[in-house]
Amino acid sequence: MSETRKITGSEAVILSLIEEGTEVIFGYPGGAIMPVYDALYGFADRIKHVLTRHEQGAIHAAEGYARATGKVGVVMATSGPGATNLITGIADAMIDSTPIVAITGQVGAALLGTDAFQETDVVGISMPVTKWNIQVTRPEDIPGAIAKAFYIARSGRPGPVLIDLTKNAQFGTLDYKYEKCHFIRSYVPKPTPDESKIIEAAKLINSAQKPYVLVGQGVILANAEEEFRAFIEKSGIPFAWTLLGASAMPIDHPLNVGMLGMHGNYAPNIKTNECDVLIAVGMRFDDRVTGDLNRYAKQAKVIHLEIDPAEVDKNVKTTVAVLGDVKETLPLLTRLVEKRDHSQWRKEFDECYEIEKQKVIQHEMYPSKPGLTMAEVIRRINEQTNGDAIIVTDVGQHQMIASRYFKYTNKRSLITSGGLGTMGFGLPAAMGAKIGKPDKQVICVVGDGGLQMTIQEFGTIMEYNIPVKIVLLNNHFLGMVRQWQQLFFERRYSMTELKNPDFMKVAEGYELNHQKVTERAQLDEAISNMLKSDKAFLLEVVVEKEDNVFPMVPSGASVSDILLEATN
Amino acid sequence: MSKIEQYTIIAFSENAVGLLNRITIIFTRRHVNIESLTVSESSLHGIHKFTIVVNTTQDMVQKITKQIEKQVEVLKAYYFTKDEIIFQEIALYKVSTEALLKSNMIETIVRESNARIIEITAEYTVIEKTGHEFETSKLFAELNKHGYVKQFTRSGRIAVTRSNAELLTEFLNARQQEQIELSRN
Ligand SMILES: Cc1ncc(C[n+]2csc(CCOP(=O)(O)OP(=O)(O)O)c2C)c(N)n1
Ligand SMILES: [Mg+2]
Repeated sequence: MSETRKITGSEAVILSLIEEGTEVIFGYPGGAIMPVYDALYGFADRIKHVLTRHEQGAIHAAEGYARATGKVGVVMATSGPGATNLITGIADAMIDSTPIVAITGQVGAALLGTDAFQETDVVGISMPVTKWNIQVTRPEDIPGAIAKAFYIARSGRPGPVLIDLTKNAQFGTLDYKYEKCHFIRSYVPKPTPDESKIIEAAKLINSAQKPYVLVGQGVILANAEEEFRAFIEKSGIPFAWTLLGASAMPIDHPLNVGMLGMHGNYAPNIKTNECDVLIAVGMRFDDRVTGDLNRYAKQAKVIHLEIDPAEVDKNVKTTVAVLGDVKETLPLLTRLVEKRDHSQWRKEFDECYEIEKQKVIQHEMYPSKPGLTMAEVIRRINEQTNGDAIIVTDVGQHQMIASRYFKYTNKRSLITSGGLGTMGFGLPAAMGAKIGKPDKQVICVVGDGGLQMTIQEFGTIMEYNIPVKIVLLNNHFLGMVRQWQQLFFERRYSMTELKNPDFMKVAEGYELNHQKVTERAQLDEAISNMLKSDKAFLLEVVVEKEDNVFPMVPSGASVSDILLEATN
Repeated sequence: MSKIEQYTIIAFSENAVGLLNRITIIFTRRHVNIESLTVSESSLHGIHKFTIVVNTTQDMVQKITKQIEKQVEVLKAYYFTKDEIIFQEIALYKVSTEALLKSNMIETIVRESNARIIEITAEYTVIEKTGHEFETSKLFAELNKHGYVKQFTRSGRIAVTRSNAELLTEFLNARQQEQIELSRN
């Protein structure tokens, strides 16, 4: 694109999005974004738009799309309430490093600061939760702003950016010419690897007796799964994953020891305080992973491979920080580490696993009591899909159970709201994931509470015939909060029991295929029906009301104090 | 690590709308009070310089500096202890001209403290003093012994480093090189 031609700012928005490879926009129209929607009308053959039923649905769908595909998710909304309805999802994308370009309409530049109808300072409001944002008041600035936005959103540590477009910029004309952005002087997306740090890290690793790797989403965001595998297989080091690092490696890899964190596996938590060298790869030591920092890995030398310098020494002090994109730093490190066999040390994890299996996993997965458990539902999904599905969860007990027990086989097969823990994320994110990966079985695992936070998106699923499979694990409780009330607030169940609608009737109203399961004997067939359905399907499974998720590192406790069962 | 000291953060940025807000929320979110903040041009064309003074721990100032540098429009951010920079503040004191003329006391104080008078009218006199905070505070205390000071203000800190050129120069050269390489590919 080198020659210029005169078009409106609104047309420039659409053309620029097309230039950036945008296949789908998730959005919702309104007064201040109408010119762009008008321009969109003429481009229906070149760009798809999905009209969600709420702007929060649009942004979570864009996140799901981005997480499933690795591409930038695009979302559009009007000024004022349209823009503020995006904020939760933008904050979610910020903390989970999801590449998003959000475009909001704004009142005309002449009205800015006058408290005009539907004027809110969305640039101000979104500042703490965006990687970058900008208000564009002149049509000629639109292509440049969009080019910059995409570059910033997807490069380095990805994140959400927001472009606020005043109405006059949308209506005005410009000489259109699009140039992609590849460089911003003040912005260094990836630090250049420092060879001396790699040598230092390799030395530490080569001298370790009990090395232990923690892998986070950084490996997935960098598309460095193969580089990670090569590093692990040469060094022979057992690894555990954070919630967002799930599916960076298949579950059945011999060195995969399980999930970290508050509801992670027993061994990965315990062994953090027993290893001698801790190697963190693309993870940020979230408090849900570390528990009490004063009692976290104090015995270990810490190596941190990280793209974002601000993450280094933020929570855990490192011995060696290896800055850079793990896609580049991992192979450099792999070259220098010696081939090792840590099977003695690896065995210690197995011993812990046996304890967890007996105390927790066995009765979760193969319960002997009549009530259905969440884990057995996931087990049967594993059996029928063999792990070949994308799991999208909402937030709560079902999220932890799905994350713990799904049999990850493919890359990017868990999409969940980690850092923000946003209820209402699951259903719209699953829609976005399915649109991004139409050939994959996309299964949304959701609670009765969270489903009702964005249940209106059944309308979107109906209208666009998005064949997502929704597994509603209904315990008639805000289960995770109830669990805390049981364990830490003397079973005072304050505002956590729910009177729910007849979800089958709701599904019927939205023309979704549906089935409700209350007995174990019905479960396999119901899951099979769901998986076979070529339409969206709501499978409601009524599970035990007061089951708890274990193991658990109580908040403020050390990872060593992980509980395998309730003490009260 | 946990000792509270005075640090001066110097950040270089592109001239971008809203950046000041992005920077200040980094401090407020961590409950770190900004003692003073000055934004000015630097010796490099088009590049702005933030000079921010805080009292906090080294651990915190380090984290804050990284968060500042992480902002897309910030080129580089550094932090310094008092001894690592040359800095100044400026203070203005307004006294009544009547008090000035009544005795030679104010005049003596002004002379001895190396301050200067920058405006005299029939009603009031304005005194200016540059220096470190303890010097401008000392002058305030002396002038105000008899309640002479009608108005007082002190500027934010301005500072230069002991390095020869702006610290940023090296970074800019490296970035320029990268840009050239990028456009070749
Ligand atoms: C938007 C939002 N509000 C509140 C919470 C706090 N919260 C975390 S889990 C949870 C309960 C979720 O209940 P449900 O969706 O039924 O899932 P369950 O835990 O029962 O599986 C709540 C209220 C949250 N994470 N997000
Ligand atoms: Mg529930």
